[in-house]
Amino acid sequence: MSRALQRMAVEILELAHGTSDLVLIGIQRRGVELAERIAKLIEKEEGADVPRGALDITLYRDDLETVGPKPVIGETHLPGDLTGKHAVIVDDVLYTGRTVRAALDELADFGRPKRISLCVLVDRGGRELPIQADIVGKSVKTGPGERVDVQVEELDGRDQVDVIR
Amino acid sequence: MTPPSPTLGKDLTGLEHMTPEQIRLILDTAEPFKEVSERPIKKVPALRGKTIVNLFFEASTRTRISFEFAEKRLSADTVNVAATGSSVSKGETLVDTARNLEAMRIDMVVIRHPSSGAAEFLGNRIASNVINAGDGKHEHPTQALLDLLTIRDKHGKIEGLKVCLVGDVLHSRVARSNLWGLTKLGAEVAVCGPWTLMPRGIEELGVKVFGRIEEAIEWADVLNVLRLQLERMEKGFIPSLREYYRVFGVTPERLERSPRAITIMHPGPMNRGVEIDSRVADGPHSVILDQVTNGVAVRMAVLYLLAGGRAELADAAKRGASE
Amino acid sequence: MSHALLLQGGRVIDPSRDMDAAADVLIQDGKIAAVGRGLSAPDGAIVRNVKGKVVVPGLVDLHVHLREPGNEDEETVASGARAAAAGGFTAICAMPNTDPVTDNQAAVGFIVRQSGRAGLARVHPIGAVSIGQKGERLAEFGEMVSAGAVAVSDDGRPVVSSHLMRTALEYARTFHIPVADHCEDPTLAAGGVMHEGLVATRLGLKGIPAAAEEIMVARDVLLAELTGGHVHLCHMSARGSVAIIRDAKERGIRVTAEVTPHHLTLTDYACEAYDTHAKMNPPLREAADIAALRGALKDGVIDCIASDHAPHAYDEKEAAFDDAPFGVVGLETAFAVAHTELVGGGVFTLPELIRRMSTEPARIFHLAGGTLAPGSVADVTVLDLTAKWSVDPTTFHSKSRNTPFAGRALTGRADLTIVAGAIVHDLESSQTAAR
Repeated sequence: MSRALQRMAVEILELAHGTSDLVLIGIQRRGVELAERIAKLIEKEEGADVPRGALDITLYRDDLETVGPKPVIGETHLPGDLTGKHAVIVDDVLYTGRTVRAALDELADFGRPKRISLCVLVDRGGRELPIQADIVGKSVKTGPGERVDVQVEELDGRDQVDVIR
Repeated sequence: MTPPSPTLGKDLTGLEHMTPEQIRLILDTAEPFKEVSERPIKKVPALRGKTIVNLFFEASTRTRISFEFAEKRLSADTVNVAATGSSVSKGETLVDTARNLEAMRIDMVVIRHPSSGAAEFLGNRIASNVINAGDGKHEHPTQALLDLLTIRDKHGKIEGLKVCLVGDVLHSRVARSNLWGLTKLGAEVAVCGPWTLMPRGIEELGVKVFGRIEEAIEWADVLNVLRLQLERMEKGFIPSLREYYRVFGVTPERLERSPRAITIMHPGPMNRGVEIDSRVADGPHSVILDQVTNGVAVRMAVLYLLAGGRAELADAAKRGASE
Repeated sequence: MSHALLLQGGRVIDPSRDMDAAADVLIQDGKIAAVGRGLSAPDGAIVRNVKGKVVVPGLVDLHVHLREPGNEDEETVASGARAAAAGGFTAICAMPNTDPVTDNQAAVGFIVRQSGRAGLARVHPIGAVSIGQKGERLAEFGEMVSAGAVAVSDDGRPVVSSHLMRTALEYARTFHIPVADHCEDPTLAAGGVMHEGLVATRLGLKGIPAAAEEIMVARDVLLAELTGGHVHLCHMSARGSVAIIRDAKERGIRVTAEVTPHHLTLTDYACEAYDTHAKMNPPLREAADIAALRGALKDGVIDCIASDHAPHAYDEKEAAFDDAPFGVVGLETAFAVAHTELVGGGVFTLPELIRRMSTEPARIFHLAGGTLAPGSVADVTVLDLTAKWSVDPTTFHSKSRNTPFAGRALTGRADLTIVAGAIVHDLESSQTAAR
């Protein structure tokens, strides 16, 4: 996983042309940890601070109606005004695209970034919305009924990606 | 396997029959909603398209406004109905109101009514979610929930804290709801006031009773000062408001005698100079304004948790959440 | 009725003569002709086999609210008499809080005529103590008695003025009638909707303290002592009242008292979930009160059971607890509840219960009945003590359905009710006939 993250950090730097207006926004929960790691990698490389934030998209989900017991809402905090910044959304798995759609709606309530890009660790296909990632750690083809589980050291005790067929 | 998360059922009518887990769920859910109120755009789409009626049979500005903010910040459509009793008897109006709401397919009803049991009465007759904003002298659950949240914010916990409810406990739904919430979360609860305003059997609910405010101040970590209504004097429960202030008023002089810094709370609106001295209400240990802020967040949490949701799709949602 | 009627093979319980034995009962010309074993039926007599059943003097209910005149949709004299007969009652006393109030000779006569027209259980009118039950001026006791009133009462309300109560007791002596009082101190009880206690505190409802009743019981007893009059205390609910009555009787004061089946059975916990079918005045109180009331009824400190049958339209009770009217119906469940709870519970013997539901009430109000002595009026009830049934308000003969016992499993019911020798209720034939 660390090699993939290293490569993703480099690609982000290229995409954003440096760190001057870069902001990394991790989607709760594992996206936040991944964003933190990538930010640290970039900081080590560039020697400049990279602001990061966390976004919980629960309240923007399009399936709140049908979900049983209400999901727990995580923390949302953003590093200041996003207007004029290049916001890079970071998440662990990209699947149907609905989480990213919710994230875009939510970010819109916080301001108007100059540009929003998407960076994911695993793209497993199966899109239900016209959404694509700008930076992908690894592509995996999966079918419905199969699962991709990402574990991160900070939350799960180890770094691991499992594809369960 | 993680244990199933607690759910709230269809209505929020009171804290008396809720579990501590359910109460904590609401308090925990209120935290992220506090953040929503700090955003430039204070709105999330969680309850978009839902119709909520604020059915207030008793005049109330602050509670209704608090609910209205909560509803609008969740993007719900709100309608305010101020149904004051006219020539029609109160009971008749409630049954017919229930039927009309049902016929209009309202999603949620927030009701305040002068009769104890009115929220449950309504909840048993309509499919909409019913939230009790105060029924007679019975309960005012969202007030107690925001009180609990405020105490938890200030002290980091509720268990083991000594909380005293001061004033007209007999007529207070805020006192009853607080009593249930605090005891369920492990606080030690006391009440203090004149014996004429003390309900029968209160000791059997595990509550200490103080006859003098000095005793309460010596004991408590938190004082929740209840509003004394003018009509208590008119109905002869106390001889005068002046005497009430002299004997039971929470004043800086009395508070100074306590070894601790006592947190001061009040559900509002305050009668300054009757149950509470202005210097105390505006003083450093007063969290009265925090109560108001927390009120909106708690009400958003309650609305969010009660609205919609079908249990059988919970698993599907869990799988989808890892995308 | 010219047909003689022979009730054959039953167990006869007649508390007026301490009788509890297997015997037949022969009824002729509206009177008890003979009670004994192996009676033969005269020509043309109807013979009813009542083997396995219990034959008792007709049950008497001293406290019933019929809503005629004024609220005939809730109950009429006829529907009330029908409900009474179905419950095994041969005589009931109708309280005067009608609309207009039954406070004069014409109004009393109206009730008597309606009772005659119905031809079911006897309905004896109770006249008001005061004009309009306003508690100001005495009504015309003499005229009302001559028109058929058997007692006076302002029930629904207390007689607040002690002076008026005193005068009423003294004036009633002339006509040998009791003054029945609803014991409630209005300032203590004002606004209350249930017993003042822990349950009311939890429900956030205003309570009526037991003291509200006890204070008026004490007052009435003292006034009975002062005047030598007969005071009858309605629907007792509190253990403190029992203590006062016990002391008064020991001192020879002319006080009698009644208690309802619901006050012998239910506590204030019945009000939980804000069930308005548990709302009545006086309210249901605590287990200790039930115990005291049962003990008092057993040893005669309380003389009899009376239902306080109070019909209300369904939509009136379908309201928030504060707003619903007080009162529950009881004619069709009174015996069964008392039998199931008191006799079934081992607290009372059957003859003791019959005494309290027939012989004593008739005696207190000087009514015919309450006895099967030959020559007395043929008001007789045949009870099936083994019948198990569940209370279904939709099958009530009463026009109203407001009972706290809906769905309750009970044992015992009246199979046959006979008034003046005529069958006014026959479970056998009403089961096959349409309602």
